[in-house]
Amino acid sequence: MSTPYYVSPEQIRQDKEDFVRRGIAQAKEVVVLEYRDGLLMVAENPRKTTFKISEIYDRIALAAAGRIAEYEILRVAGIRESEIKGFRYYREDVTAKWLTNLYSQHMGAVAQAWDAKPLEIELLVCEVGTTDAPVNSELRNNQIYHIAFDGIYSEEEKYAVIGGRATAITEILQQRYTDGLEMSAALQLITETFRTIETDAADNYEITPQTIEVACLEQTAERRKFRRLSTDEIMTLLDL
Amino acid sequence: MLDLSDYGNSDFFQILKRRHPELLATLDSSDATSSVNGAASSFHPYEGTTVLAVVYDTGVVMAGDRQATEGFQVGERRIQKIYPVDRHSAIAVAGAAGPCIEMAKLFQVEVEFYEKTEGISLSLEGQANFLAHLVRSNLGLAMQGLIVLPLFAGYDLKRQRGRIFKYDAVGGRYEEDDYYAIGSGGKDARTTLKKRYTPEMTRQDALEIVAEALWDAADEDIATGGPDLVRKIFPTLYTVNEEGVTEVTEATVEELYRNLISRL
Repeated sequence: MSTPYYVSPEQIRQDKEDFVRRGIAQAKEVVVLEYRDGLLMVAENPRKTTFKISEIYDRIALAAAGRIAEYEILRVAGIRESEIKGFRYYREDVTAKWLTNLYSQHMGAVAQAWDAKPLEIELLVCEVGTTDAPVNSELRNNQIYHIAFDGIYSEEEKYAVIGGRATAITEILQQRYTDGLEMSAALQLITETFRTIETDAADNYEITPQTIEVACLEQTAERRKFRRLSTDEIMTLLDL
Repeated sequence: MLDLSDYGNSDFFQILKRRHPELLATLDSSDATSSVNGAASSFHPYEGTTVLAVVYDTGVVMAGDRQATEGFQVGERRIQKIYPVDRHSAIAVAGAAGPCIEMAKLFQVEVEFYEKTEGISLSLEGQANFLAHLVRSNLGLAMQGLIVLPLFAGYDLKRQRGRIFKYDAVGGRYEEDDYYAIGSGGKDARTTLKKRYTPEMTRQDALEIVAEALWDAADEDIATGGPDLVRKIFPTLYTVNEEGVTEVTEATVEELYRNLISRL
């Protein structure tokens, strides 16, 4: 009979965290940033049909850094649970806070399971307010939740970044971000930030309208506030 | 807890049926039918009346009156019978109002769920076929008199024209090339459309004959509501073309009816 061996909980946790950190370190970044009319989301992504940012529900979008396959199953589950909840009650009752808790509990459970590999992803759950509500209504608020691989989440203000170089990007945004940017100014700020980061990098990733993925949640839109921007739209916004 | 088991299944109706059958009570007839039988003649759920669709040169118009009846009473004066489904389609419903609205809502969620999970819109024909499936699943209630009859129309982006689909109570799906009207005043509306329809008519022409057809339906059929100039309640009109689904503004509809009345 083999002897059971002891490993301290701290050690297990540290091992898992190191394992995920190595994975995420290579993941390209996604930035979400509050602009005048909502939330703008930009990812470094040269692919045409494999997205890192996607629509979940009327006012909610999801962005991920890390393994696409692990993100994909959570994306679809989020859409499914949201539609079921909205069908049962009312569409307004589906909130980013509720969805964040669902994801957080799931990711936490996977990270703690002794026989499972933690998910190598980080998520941003974003909800945009609507202009179609009284001035002091909570329906007007934008919300950004950042969920780490182990399910620990935090509420972010103004902007949030996920991916390998999130800290460096956040530092740049701290200096350059201002309230009430137009969409074009917000997009320029993010692409400039990406460029700054990439000039220090070894892999020579060039930031062009073709190598970034851009989507927005627009407060002024009708029921479905999520919109993906075409390469032409990106070029216009960047004044190219 | 997050249930990941339905990955790859883009059919929301099927997921609900398996996981939350209680949310589909109106489409599962066992309980409802016995009470319908028991209540017999005093049982008068709201009924939606006349809806129609007309193809024009670059799209399709859908319209419906605003009245729901409760037996021989007016149940509701402002009911909506037309619902946008995706960017290029809309559903109109006639029959038992409760199950009608529920079916329209479920159908809209189904199509949107498919689009979001698959990342591509369900084709117009795919939507029309799925709707037949929903109508068929209502057969139990239909046999007890709670019939839901949809009229489905949209702009087919691949074929670049407006298309109309009608259904029978057992889920038969039939395409109409030019126009159709269903509901209690459907036959009267169709008579007007038959006389006034011309192929390749413009959007404005289509709006005019639609307004006239609903007027005639309200004139002949006691259950169909006409324009209510006192309360300012007018039929709902939607157009669907390449740009999308657009509701015709109330001011425009009022103008259509003021012009129509001045010609009478």
